[in-house]
Amino acid sequence: MDERTLRGKTAVAGIGETTYYKHGKSPDSEFKLALMAILNACADAGIDPREIDGFSSYSNDRNEPPRLAAALGCKELRFSNMQWGGGGGGGAAAAANAAAAIATGMADCVVVYRSLAQGQFARFGRSAPVKTISGEGALSIPYGAMTPAQRYSMKAMRFIHDHGIKQEALRAIALASYQHAQKNPRAVMYGRPLDEEKYDNSRWISEPFHLYDCCQENDGAAAMILVSAERARDLRQKPAYLLGAAAGGPYRAAATAGNTPDFGSSHFKTVAPHLYAMAKVAPKDIDVVQSYENFTGGVLMSLVEHGLFEAEEANEVLTLPNLVAGSGKLPLNTSGGNLAECYMHGLELHTEAVRQLRGASCNQVKDADVALVIAGPMVTPVSTAIYGSEAALG
Amino acid sequence: MTARPHYLPEGLPIPVAEPDGLSAPHWAGLRRNELSIQCCEKCSTWQWGPEWICHACHSFDVAWKPVRPEGRIYSWTRVWHPTHDALTNHGPYIVVVVELPHAGNVRVIGNLVGDVHQPVAIGTPVTGVFEHHNDADPAHSLLQWKVSGAAD
Repeated sequence: MDERTLRGKTAVAGIGETTYYKHGKSPDSEFKLALMAILNACADAGIDPREIDGFSSYSNDRNEPPRLAAALGCKELRFSNMQWGGGGGGGAAAAANAAAAIATGMADCVVVYRSLAQGQFARFGRSAPVKTISGEGALSIPYGAMTPAQRYSMKAMRFIHDHGIKQEALRAIALASYQHAQKNPRAVMYGRPLDEEKYDNSRWISEPFHLYDCCQENDGAAAMILVSAERARDLRQKPAYLLGAAAGGPYRAAATAGNTPDFGSSHFKTVAPHLYAMAKVAPKDIDVVQSYENFTGGVLMSLVEHGLFEAEEANEVLTLPNLVAGSGKLPLNTSGGNLAECYMHGLELHTEAVRQLRGASCNQVKDADVALVIAGPMVTPVSTAIYGSEAALG
Repeated sequence: MTARPHYLPEGLPIPVAEPDGLSAPHWAGLRRNELSIQCCEKCSTWQWGPEWICHACHSFDVAWKPVRPEGRIYSWTRVWHPTHDALTNHGPYIVVVVELPHAGNVRVIGNLVGDVHQPVAIGTPVTGVFEHHNDADPAHSLLQWKVSGAAD
């Protein structure tokens, strides 16, 4: 029996973004932003948008594939997919689902997309103005644990307690994103640097998270085009092959009211081993890491649970020089990520990984052949992916 | 019933049972100063939050049992940034995840009453404080926590 794998079967052939805005500042509708990003990705790939026959998204996307296919005049729609649950945790799963459709002959050209215009819709960081609440929310919202920052801070707090993590480790993650964003003209925080003093003096949002430990909320859209590996080789861009992907969560991760058995976790402990097995890559082979920052504490746990270092090493490993492209052994979030480039639910982390493999990042890591992209941590399901260059295919 | 000041201001979403009534016994229990948690009649596994089935043995005979409201702080946060209109200008407040040793170490979420600036330590023993919102519509009750031995 053939090995069941996605390794090397598909590649990202094109990436695209719109202008990134502060939340509520987009002059365009959310659906129009999605269309613009998709057209940009097609232009980057050199593919006619009418050839798109599949759409893959996540996080309760409001922009449905049938409408997109009709708006773009796609010749046919064969794959209409969205990852269930997990919000921004589904980003890598959306890429994996697209790749699976292509690898199994269900579609030929699939776009992975995300669009957000929070001026038109509710913000994620505000509580819904409802009079009553039932279900899972009733067990936490009346107690003021309403938003992701308030709920996930307690997961990070437990991990930090168990492993003696210092605030400086979280700070380094924030500083790295902001430092990278200063060289990225796409970044919303371009020209707005962060230093240790500014971080230390920033207000608490929900302990242990300061303001700068929390992601932005933004308007904009991003998209990337996946095709078969063979097709990608004939297109204009250097292919970024999907080496592996995995999604899911550990035992009863979705138990409510803080009852996830392994509570102080990013939820990657069971997922990352599947990723590495499929990609045939070990943590030491990874050249550059993009790790979804809903909150810096989630990045901390994600990196540990991906085996990049032990929890007990975190205070030594997580320093600014070590996380910056050029000087660092663990270049992290080289576009500025959710904290400082744009909160595009982490899809901007995938487009940045592709840029690294093309040698086209604003913060290029020398000879980057293997790029890890970790989607939103602490939710369920989470997901994670590894992309590689032609050299990494072996 | 002694009237207590409410830890958080009125105006936050009020907990109610789902249309299918799954969690109704929990909310009804809090009204009469009782913490009711699910426990399987067949295999005695405790379970929280509520579900229609026992996750351990798949029995649908999941009972509600009263639990002594005593526990330990499993994790916590002090919230500073108000994200709801009712909390604007209210100031910080403490949220705790409390582990319940009398219910198989399942956990519940509540607030830690007392000084909002008090140091909080994981592992600290805490005791439940029933907080009744009799004038709210609908009237309801919450379960808050205080450090064991601390004054009310």
